[in-house]
Amino acid sequence: MHGMVNRALQGFLTTTYGDAVWAEVRRQAGLPFDDFEAMLSYPDAMTTACFGAAAHVLGKDHATVLEDFGIWLVTDHHLEPVRRLLRFSGARFHDFLHALEDLAERGRLVLPNLDLPRITVAQGDEGRFVIDAVWPVPGAGAILMGCLRAMADDYGTLAFVGLGRAADDASERLEVQLFDAAFTKGRRFELGQVRA
Amino acid sequence: MNVSKTLLQCGDALDRLLPMHLWIGVDAKVVRAGPTLAKMVGRGDLRGQPAFGLITIRHPAPVAGVAALCALSGQRLGLVLTDSPDMPLRAVAVALPDAAGVILDLSLGLSFARAVAAFGLTLRDFSPCDQTIELLYLHEANSATTTLSQHLTARLQHARLEAQTQAMTDPLTGLANRRAMDAEISRALADHAHDFALLQIDLDLFKRVNDSLGHAAGDAVLERVAQVLRQHLRLGDMAARVGGDEFLVLIYDCSDDTELGRIATRLIAACEVPISYRGQLCRISASIGIATVAHSTQRPDLEGLIADADAALYAAKRAGRGRYALHGGTTVVECSAVPMMRGRRANDPPQGGFRRRQDDRVPRPD
Repeated sequence: MHGMVNRALQGFLTTTYGDAVWAEVRRQAGLPFDDFEAMLSYPDAMTTACFGAAAHVLGKDHATVLEDFGIWLVTDHHLEPVRRLLRFSGARFHDFLHALEDLAERGRLVLPNLDLPRITVAQGDEGRFVIDAVWPVPGAGAILMGCLRAMADDYGTLAFVGLGRAADDASERLEVQLFDAAFTKGRRFELGQVRA
Repeated sequence: MNVSKTLLQCGDALDRLLPMHLWIGVDAKVVRAGPTLAKMVGRGDLRGQPAFGLITIRHPAPVAGVAALCALSGQRLGLVLTDSPDMPLRAVAVALPDAAGVILDLSLGLSFARAVAAFGLTLRDFSPCDQTIELLYLHEANSATTTLSQHLTARLQHARLEAQTQAMTDPLTGLANRRAMDAEISRALADHAHDFALLQIDLDLFKRVNDSLGHAAGDAVLERVAQVLRQHLRLGDMAARVGGDEFLVLIYDCSDDTELGRIATRLIAACEVPISYRGQLCRISASIGIATVAHSTQRPDLEGLIADADAALYAAKRAGRGRYALHGGTTVVECSAVPMMRGRRANDPPQGGFRRRQDDRVPRPD
């Protein structure tokens, strides 16, 4: 798994719960170093071990921790670039959902070995979407659920996002129901970034 | 068929396909402008305004008339908005039949990132087929990852420097360095169960090799000496290069003067074997000062022990080349097998009894 993903998990745990929690997760996961490097790659088993250790240390279930991680990815101000890059996908949340199919390709455009989940999106009737994600590490569904809930807020869209029953062992499924595309004003997004 | 009329009926399609188009009539006035272009120009409804007052065509040549523009049909044009002369744009012109004028389609070109910010453009201002959004995304993502890469490089550089200062090995010879040897001597001094000896070795005539045959020859000599030391030491003993041509050797479980003398003699003889470097023979010798630490005695500290070995070395050097001396002894033993090594140099200090001096380390004859 790309260091970007691992480093993000580390960032989530340290900024949300503190260095001591990260130190314990690291110990329980058996990491042979203190910090992940964002620009290096690591065995998938390390990522899986960190997910498991984080749930254990925090005393929460796996999906809850990963959903929080997903929300953090989109909302933490340190990761404003991630939110911005996601917002490039579409002008409306509806477009954004469809563009999730491009997510893995978008990732590879920037970092050729960045293995983001492969996502397929099927639109049903009346604002219903079924989203399947395939990833080498279990947990893509929960992380994506957090991201989508946060992105719906970002677009100002009222939507229900929940885990669904996966079609097969290799994938994880989300179900999305859109209610109101203009529920709130959402957060600003300007294409041209105004640099401080 | 009236082209103008048909095109005007398809105005919405034109806006959606080419949101940055400018349709100029034969009278050089704007017939229609795409919504994104109108937003960029910022002069309200552009219809009827003089087109060449809104844009300034620069490449391939300044153009300010419809006929001249039609003549450039199909070519890549470089232009700016008259109100934004610092934002280079590009365009292509297509002349319409039936005197319907010319359609100019603009794009942001390489200034896209600045242009999007300056004109406040949004995702909706671009055709879904326009790759400008992807360029923007890439532009931003690359800046972010470049920053990350720079951080990583800086951290690695820091770690490398850290590792270098913590390194225990002399990079040229692969022997231990001063830091490693100091640590080993400190360990040995703390271990009262074992006696040991410290040999300080200084190469004779090394400077001559370096000066006459060059640094590469000097390096070859140093590597050869390192090899000699490795060959003559037992497992557990330690050799270090601690200066340009200075070495320290720690020999465990040995404080017998006679045995140490034999070891020093063998080392000097091995160093005197001429070394062939690119067809040239490099001849050197070695002087050795020896200090011993027996288990029963009051032990010196690290600096004291090194000073003892150094004082003995100074005594050996004063007496000539290719000799060793034991600290606390009264004789310097000559063991060079090479006659030229034995002779005292004219400006060597006079031979005689020697006393240990703490500050002997600096003014030492070569």
